[in-house]
Amino acid sequence: MAKDLTKAVIEIGGARVSFGAVKALDGVTLAVMPGECIGLVGHNGAGKSTIVNVINGGLTPQEGTVASDGERLDRYSITIARARGVRCVFQELSLSPNLSIVENTRIMHRELGGFGWRGRAAHVIEKSLDQVFPNHGISSSQTVGDLSIAERQMVEIAMAFSDAGIAPRLVILDEPTSSLDASLARQMLDHVRRFVAAGGSVIFISHILHEILETSDRIVVMKDGRVVAERPAAEFDHHSLVEAMGSVAREDALHRSARELAAAPVVIRHQAAGLAFTARQGEIVGLAGLAGHGQTDLLLALHASQSNSWWPRSDSLVTFVAGDRRLNGVFELWSILRNFSIASLGDLSRLSLVGTADEAARGGEWKRRIDIRTPDMDNAILSLSGGNQQKVLFARALATRAPVILMDDPMRGVDVGTKQEVYEIIRQEAAKGRTFIWYSTEMDEVRLCDRVYVFRERVITAELAGDAVTEANIITASFEVAAA
Amino acid sequence: MRLRLSSDAVRLVIPALSLTILLAAVFWLQPRAMSYFGLNLLLNLAVPIALATIAQMFVMAVNDLDLSIGAFVSFVACVTATFLRDAPLVGTLILVSAIGVYALVGVVIHLRNLPSIVVTLGMSFVWAGLAVLMLPAPGGQAPDWVRWLMTAKPPLMPMAIVASIIIAVVAHLIVMRSSLGVLIRGVGGNERSVERAGWSIVAARAAAYGLAGLFAVAAGIALVGLTTSADANIALRYTLLSIAGVILGGGEFTGGRVSPIGAVIGALTLTLAGSFLSFLRISPDWQIGAQGAILIIVLALRLLLNRVEKRGARP
Amino acid sequence: MTPLSRLAGKPWIWSWIAAFVVWFATIMVTGGASTLGLSQAAFTFAAFSIIVGIGQMFVITLGPGNIDLSVPATMTLAGTVALKLMNGDNGMIVPGLLVAVLIGLAVGIGNYALIKALRIPPIIATLSMSFIVQSAAIWTNRGLRIKPPSFLADFTTSSTLGVPNVALVALAISLLAWVLLEKTVYGRWISAIGQSMAAARMAGIPVDGARFVTYLLCAVLASLAGYLLACFSGGAALNMGSEYLLMSIAVVVIGGTAVAGGDSNVPGIWGASLFMFLVVSMLNTYGIGAGVRLIMTGLIIISVIMLAGGRRTGMR
Repeated sequence: MAKDLTKAVIEIGGARVSFGAVKALDGVTLAVMPGECIGLVGHNGAGKSTIVNVINGGLTPQEGTVASDGERLDRYSITIARARGVRCVFQELSLSPNLSIVENTRIMHRELGGFGWRGRAAHVIEKSLDQVFPNHGISSSQTVGDLSIAERQMVEIAMAFSDAGIAPRLVILDEPTSSLDASLARQMLDHVRRFVAAGGSVIFISHILHEILETSDRIVVMKDGRVVAERPAAEFDHHSLVEAMGSVAREDALHRSARELAAAPVVIRHQAAGLAFTARQGEIVGLAGLAGHGQTDLLLALHASQSNSWWPRSDSLVTFVAGDRRLNGVFELWSILRNFSIASLGDLSRLSLVGTADEAARGGEWKRRIDIRTPDMDNAILSLSGGNQQKVLFARALATRAPVILMDDPMRGVDVGTKQEVYEIIRQEAAKGRTFIWYSTEMDEVRLCDRVYVFRERVITAELAGDAVTEANIITASFEVAAA
Repeated sequence: MRLRLSSDAVRLVIPALSLTILLAAVFWLQPRAMSYFGLNLLLNLAVPIALATIAQMFVMAVNDLDLSIGAFVSFVACVTATFLRDAPLVGTLILVSAIGVYALVGVVIHLRNLPSIVVTLGMSFVWAGLAVLMLPAPGGQAPDWVRWLMTAKPPLMPMAIVASIIIAVVAHLIVMRSSLGVLIRGVGGNERSVERAGWSIVAARAAAYGLAGLFAVAAGIALVGLTTSADANIALRYTLLSIAGVILGGGEFTGGRVSPIGAVIGALTLTLAGSFLSFLRISPDWQIGAQGAILIIVLALRLLLNRVEKRGARP
Repeated sequence: MTPLSRLAGKPWIWSWIAAFVVWFATIMVTGGASTLGLSQAAFTFAAFSIIVGIGQMFVITLGPGNIDLSVPATMTLAGTVALKLMNGDNGMIVPGLLVAVLIGLAVGIGNYALIKALRIPPIIATLSMSFIVQSAAIWTNRGLRIKPPSFLADFTTSSTLGVPNVALVALAISLLAWVLLEKTVYGRWISAIGQSMAAARMAGIPVDGARFVTYLLCAVLASLAGYLLACFSGGAALNMGSEYLLMSIAVVVIGGTAVAGGDSNVPGIWGASLFMFLVVSMLNTYGIGAGVRLIMTGLIIISVIMLAGGRRTGMR
């Protein structure tokens, strides 16, 4: 690590990335100096993962520069990033579960080959494990699939800090402590400080704010694809950090008029760890919190509890609007019409023969109602833009008779115009007595809800109703503010 | 502290146990089988099946399935009984290029992102056709060295057992100990992260298919050594048997979880199942059925064991 | 769109064109003398592949990993047991048919029970099942070769208005299958499941129920084909189903059904089955042996999947 300490390990200049209509990065400049730990915070959609992907070479920005050690890199890639000592610990598992820890080390470090590689690989990973997590009790011959989640996370972290020829210079830790207990997290944070003191660099992302505050040298706050604050960590405290993540100015601009629904009958309830979940008739219930903290699981559990996989039900209580269209929404080989009608075939058929005339009529009606922009409902679903595909999925759900509609962050990546149209339909349908359970990663949408449950670490940690549904309250509940 | 077995060890427990029980039962029913000659007779046919099972295992390690192994082993048997005997050089050349074709199939499947089942189904017709062209009617003769190898009588242990042990050890070294084996299993386990670490997945898949071809060639040669002559349909059953052998030996369909030692044990178990029935004086009609039943029982046991293991692992 | 270009867009048209070309090439050699005989033979022998292939097609529609390897064993067992029960007696034809169907139902239930209870891939479940069914067939088949009832033997080997009776049976089954696939709610369901099981579940489709029925259907069609084939060939043989394992998959692939699931068609099965038989007779006419025929079949399957497979990769 005898490189020049005044030149940035990685320097991103004016990076812009957009996915369709969504600006994921809107001119971000970030320099990581040797010997510093940067804390990166922001709520959903702030652009944290995008900037991480740019730094580790997985994503090339449409505009902007990448430089390293004062040298501009025009063709930056994962391979170049690795060769320059950039390592990344992702939230998703990057180890092969069927291989042992030693064998995974072999895969990760291509330079480890040759006779006797097992011994060398074991040495490399054990040394790193011993350094980061003293007394870890993990044997390097264990198969990764046999490890507990915490142990896997420990191996991932140790793998990132391990040195088999190319020393790590910048380690990106994306929520590394999410499955570690307090003492293991402590060990890891201590190691981060030691690594930084020895001249290494770390980018640290966490929803536990006190970890960020005490470990980082500098904190970068992102929002809507931009860096909105960048100061030494000492100049922040819990309160100012939460404040920097939100935008106080626009509060209540979009807020709907409060509705009194306490008297309406409860239509669905669910009890897991944490607060109980209930939804009332005609209510729009929001599920908020950082992405991936258990909101989708609740929706899936609600759906599973109300459906039967052996026998069709014509009076189903719930219907589902997918967020990940590719994964569990759209049927790619089908026409728009078939994609629309699949959930309400029971109503459209007689003696289990599909009434194609009824189907076409119903399709035409919904095409007008929510304005699906296509000349012909028989066109392929993939001929539509993402926003219009999403409208089809909405129409599919709304055309059923199910009184409860589950929405799994469906407006991700949809243009503003479409969003406004769909919001209006949701309001109308709710006024007619339908219940919406709406997981959203967008603050504006969450504030449209009558009542909001906030998730943290797979548990409902707060329930906000009426005027308490504010950005500040949601951010406070999403991040672990109190010291552990 | 509770002793925690690794999942690899657990995976071997059931196959080893079922083989032991089956062997014990055979010995109990027919004590005379417990001899050098008896064991050789019982397990002789297991050698080519074990080799074919290892071949299938390589393909299954990269999450694919080979439906052409039976036809390919028949093809190799025909080459062995004709060209390899009459013109060793040409015969060797044919077998080497056949292995090359196997590797090529792996490349095509990967590059075009094709379902391996259908491509290998097509290949099975091709191999069967080539075999029929060579030997339209049963015939040919095993080369003398092959015959000698398969009928050799090593001291202490019969050839069938010696060969099984050698096959298991060699396959274990390749699959479980070498860098290449780690890479192949890594592709089965988490293809994306292997790719992210800078490896070529195409090369790994080609290697897996090539090794499968190599072991299948060995299976064909060994088979001819036992039967002395060949025909084009001689090993068609091997496709299903090899899949069953891998599964019996603790391998799984996806995720790169395979066990070469288990695969050999699986092949031995399948072979013994038939003899066991005949000792029980149950009609040999049920031999195939017994193989199916053993497969189902072992899979059920494994499910049970996994459940118990999961419950134990939970704090 | 003109009718012609619409036709060219159908995935099944290629198997029909191929079948027609081969048919024509064969007649040319014989100078048209055997036109009627060749066509009748083609429809007769294709009928069995069609019945089995339709069942396999429904299973393959369910998506990647779904395949029924127990087809040949089911055919053999159904044919053997039915013949044994009928024992050449014309009065027992209906009970024989019922028994064949019952065997199909039992195998189908067994297949799906294994898939669900042991949580194993369909390929392994149907493989283990086929071992057991095959054994049962060997066991029941011992002894003398029993002749089919004379009425059935006549029926399966003769024609009505020039069309072989077995082809008429296959046509009736195909029409039913077509209605099932294209017009009913069930057809929509299995197509949806084949495209995305997760999406199908979230759309409220009873995924397990639909898959179960599909495996039942495949096994029943296989047993029906076994029943007819045993009567047609004058008795049940132990290896009578064996060629239908690969054949049933091959006709589905060549017929233009998407191997990745979700998109199937009935006409393609007809084109592919006719083609598979006609290739054999063409090569026989030209004096080319079985070896070349097999190699060509294999290469055709591989080229079809390469042409069709390339289309879908971009969509995933």
